[in-house]
Amino acid sequence: MDVSEEIIQYETVALEEVKVWHKVAKIGDFPVNGGACVLYKGMQIAVFNFSRRQEWYATQNVCPHKQQMILSRGMIGTQQNEPKVACPYHKKTFSLKSGENLNGNECSLATYPVKVEEGCVYVGFKG
Amino acid sequence: MEKVVVIGNGMVGYKFCEKIRLKAGADKIQLVVFGEEPVPAYDRVHLSEYFTDPSAERLSMAPANWYRENHIDLRTGELVVTIDRNQKKVITHLGHEEHYDTLILATGSSPLVPPIDGVNKVGVFVYRTLEDLNNIMAYGTKAKSAAVLGGGLLGLEAAKALMDMGLKTHVIEFASRLMPRQLDDTGAEILKNQLEDIGLSIHLNKNTTALLGEGALDCLSFSDNTHLSTDMLVISCGIVPRDELASSCGLSTGPRGGVIVNEKLKTDDPNIYAIGEAALFNNMIYGLVAPGYDMAESVAQQLTASGDKVFDGSDMSTKLKLIGIEVGSFGDAMGDTEGCKTVVYKNESTGIYKKITISGDKKQLLGGILVGDTSEYNMLWQIMNNSTVLPPDPEDLILGDRSAEGGGGGSITTLPDTAQVCSCEDVTKADIVKAIREERIEDLKAVKTCTKAGTGCGACGPMVADIFHDTVAAMGKRVRKVICEHLDYTRQELYDLIRIKEIKTYDHLLDSYGKGDGCEVCKPAVASLLASIWNDLIVNQDTIQDTNDRFLANIQKGGSYSVVPRVPGGEITPEKLIVLGQVAKKYNLYSKITGGQRIDLFGARLEDLPSIWEELIAVGFESGHAYGKSLRTVKSCVGSAWCRFGLHDSVSFAIEVENRYRGLRAPHKLKGGVSGCRRECAEAQSKDFGIIATEVGWNLYICGNGGANPQHAQLLAGDLDSETCVKYLDRFLMFYIKTAEPLNRTATWLNKLEGGLDYVKDVIVNDCLRIGAELEKEMQYLVDTYSCEWAEVVKNDALKAKFSHFINTDAGDPTQKFDSIRGQKVPAAW
Ligand code: SRM
Ligand SMILES: Cc1cc2nc3c(=O)[nH]c(=O)nc-3n(C[C@H](O)[C@H](O)[C@H](O)COP(=O)(O)OP(=O)(O)OC[C@H]3O[C@@H](n4cnc5c(N)ncnc54)[C@H](O)[C@@H]3O)c2cc1C
Ligand code: SF4
Ligand code: FES
Repeated sequence: MDVSEEIIQYETVALEEVKVWHKVAKIGDFPVNGGACVLYKGMQIAVFNFSRRQEWYATQNVCPHKQQMILSRGMIGTQQNEPKVACPYHKKTFSLKSGENLNGNECSLATYPVKVEEGCVYVGFKG
Repeated sequence: MEKVVVIGNGMVGYKFCEKIRLKAGADKIQLVVFGEEPVPAYDRVHLSEYFTDPSAERLSMAPANWYRENHIDLRTGELVVTIDRNQKKVITHLGHEEHYDTLILATGSSPLVPPIDGVNKVGVFVYRTLEDLNNIMAYGTKAKSAAVLGGGLLGLEAAKALMDMGLKTHVIEFASRLMPRQLDDTGAEILKNQLEDIGLSIHLNKNTTALLGEGALDCLSFSDNTHLSTDMLVISCGIVPRDELASSCGLSTGPRGGVIVNEKLKTDDPNIYAIGEAALFNNMIYGLVAPGYDMAESVAQQLTASGDKVFDGSDMSTKLKLIGIEVGSFGDAMGDTEGCKTVVYKNESTGIYKKITISGDKKQLLGGILVGDTSEYNMLWQIMNNSTVLPPDPEDLILGDRSAEGGGGGSITTLPDTAQVCSCEDVTKADIVKAIREERIEDLKAVKTCTKAGTGCGACGPMVADIFHDTVAAMGKRVRKVICEHLDYTRQELYDLIRIKEIKTYDHLLDSYGKGDGCEVCKPAVASLLASIWNDLIVNQDTIQDTNDRFLANIQKGGSYSVVPRVPGGEITPEKLIVLGQVAKKYNLYSKITGGQRIDLFGARLEDLPSIWEELIAVGFESGHAYGKSLRTVKSCVGSAWCRFGLHDSVSFAIEVENRYRGLRAPHKLKGGVSGCRRECAEAQSKDFGIIATEVGWNLYICGNGGANPQHAQLLAGDLDSETCVKYLDRFLMFYIKTAEPLNRTATWLNKLEGGLDYVKDVIVNDCLRIGAELEKEMQYLVDTYSCEWAEVVKNDALKAKFSHFINTDAGDPTQKFDSIRGQKVPAAW
């Protein structure tokens, strides 16, 4: 694959902008308190099953620090009650809610709405 | 309302804004700031760090919204071109006008570029702004060699940065020694040798007469008719204060530049001040941040009528940073004072030179030079600055007190309260102590945020830490190193809780004793504890593991993983070597012999890991735990089986020990070594535990370390039989596992342990705590419950399923990219 193709611009999708709810997997396929990566139209989206909080989040899978396709393998947790994910490479942490980098000056992550219906997990896209 | 206009948004101009706003809000003083550079003020002192981490924000003194929040009208990218003193206004290159009541010139300086033929050629740079660095970095990617004109403080810093970019780097100095203003001949000579050792070429006594090349520079020509080929040149010959605005509006400037100011930093015009590197006070330009900050403070006090600090000159001491070799120079470094005496220590073999200048009556320290080891810099500077009376043997200051009782030289406790610890931010010892006591500060980072000490050039960092620890100890507090905001316990407390309450999972622990939802600090720390205590399969709780542990492999650039099978003692059969080769070929893995006597196969795809291991396990390989904070390798020498000097069979013993502790999880990784005689071919004394054969048995050494701070292991007990050696090892490792903080290697653990090695000997050898048997039992449990993690995974389909990149397709990560090198693949650069 050519590099130029890799640089997909990930853009936050707000709940009201969702046109397509893409079904990605069953709840049970996800690790508990952890993430997994979803492929959708060439985009890689990290989806997090924050079971402790009974919350789901989705962000771009690529870490803005060194452009690594990795965030779904990151550890999740909280900082003053703000849910976050830590990149495995250099432990930059990002808010799962806003995508904001919490411990530095990296660019924010794009975030995506997630919904769970009848045991299945869906991620919202604009198209 | 008073309107203050600041020209220049550099370090000092910024500090002035900060200081004004601390004393007066936007209702009292209106602030408008013009900065020629496109970005808000940044930390020029640490500019060179931009080479390793090119992030302008990281260097920023304050983000753009700080100015907004503080009602400071900052106009970046706007150059002031005229000052109209009659109408009290300034005009910018965009034609904008701004009236002022008070004007501050904080225009800094520009690099001095000597009038050499060819200085305008492509490939010639200066070293002052972010833009300069961007240009140097861009050009440097095409270059192979570089030269720096000027062997002073900044020149050497620039040279180190160029060298780190991979360029063959030369330093050209006009004088007969490096750093001529700060060092004497001997100090400079030692520094030169050290720099040459790390790969810089130093050329002294060189008068550069022309820069040659067709269009772009390719060669320097010197007055002695010699030449030097180079692809680029960075000029670092000094600074010229930027006084062009001042002189064109009729303010007095010095013959060699600089806006003349009095002790109140006022220029000829009572409404105009000059501060920072642009100001000339007492015929002197102060090319450092600390004096600039002092000037800013004085003017801020005057404008807010909050104090009457005057500027009375400043100390020009320097500690060189970032060049990989420590250099410091302070006070009367050269020994110019009448009747003074010098004390000198010089060790060519270690590259250390220390010289202090003391008064004729041997009572006062006047200055000094330190090369190779600046650990005493802060203390010496304090002793000089506070006129502390010297100990009877002043050489103790640089050699350490060699008497049995101790107490000679300086220590943090003898430092007077008024001692200025951080000169950049003007913070005294008393300020720091007060903050710790009154604000109930509990960690070092908070000391720095609260007092600002150590946030400037950073040279005082170690001293701030000492004061912190000293004060906390004096308050009778034990600094509890709790894990994080979720678990208010030390690692040792958690160890006991988990064991006594029989806690088996992270969630159980957090529910019972923690708060919040955990994080990347407490999760792996607890994971390590659970593994050290219960030895359960770590992939059962995969999402609390660091990524390497989660996937039982080390992650690399680009998202691939490495495979490191255990090769106990480094002994391997040809059959196994062949299988390693076959597997590497089949899965296209980069192969390398490691520093730990085994073979690393790099570049495996996540989804291939289970099948790779299946093939390896089939021929008897086991996990090497290269990914864990756990036992790595026990290195061996060939020993008595083959070696003509060998006393015992070091290979057999290494294999026995490695197999005993394989998979053992610890606060940090563990490495061992066994040598067959004192020639020490296995480098056992650099390991966490090292065993060396003697005529009658084994000597057992502990707590050695390679890595960033190498340290030799120390003798725990001598002439042991094999059984006792293992018994002591069991006790030692278990004691370390139970008591160390997270991510402390054994050496760090020992260094922090009260009582040090003597105490460890007491616990392990003399069993003073009577826990020897218990430690052995706990270790035996871990030995008995060992199983190879990879063997468990390959026979369990649910576990194997975790090794996939996507959850909704079987495809691998399509963005992974590899290049090749010497016929093997490597990950694409990031
Ligand atoms: C492969 C190897 C380099 C090589 O090709 O030789 C290596 C590779 C890594 N080392 Fe090392 N070290 C390797 C021998 C060493 C040695 C030499 C030795 O063991 O004799 C040292 C110095 C000795 C020591 O540890 O005291 C060494 C000191 C470090 C350190 C610094 C530890 C310290 O106490 O300061 C780290 C960082 C850490 O562990 O936090 C590190 C970390 C790493 C990591 C794991 C970094 C990481 O987390 O990704 C590298 C992983 C490579 C990979 O992707 O597989 N490596 N590393 C060596 C593997 C040995 C083995 O067979 O297991
Ligand atoms: C690589 C490097 C390493 C250094 N290391 C150290 C060190 O270790 N310790 C130490 O104490 N010091 C060090 N220094 C020196 C230190 O950076 C300076 O002393 C300090 O930056 C001076 O601050 P200043 O605000 O006076 O000048 P500057 O930081 O130069 O700021 C002046 C600003 O004014 C702007 N300006 C000038 N004229 C105009 C105009 N007419 N209109 C609008 N804007 C204008 C300039 O563009 C500039 O941004 C180092 C310097 C460099 C370059
Ligand atoms: S340490 Fe001793 S036994 Fe081992 S190889 Fe060296 S000389 Fe031989
Ligand atoms: S790549 Fe994510 S933190 Fe560096």
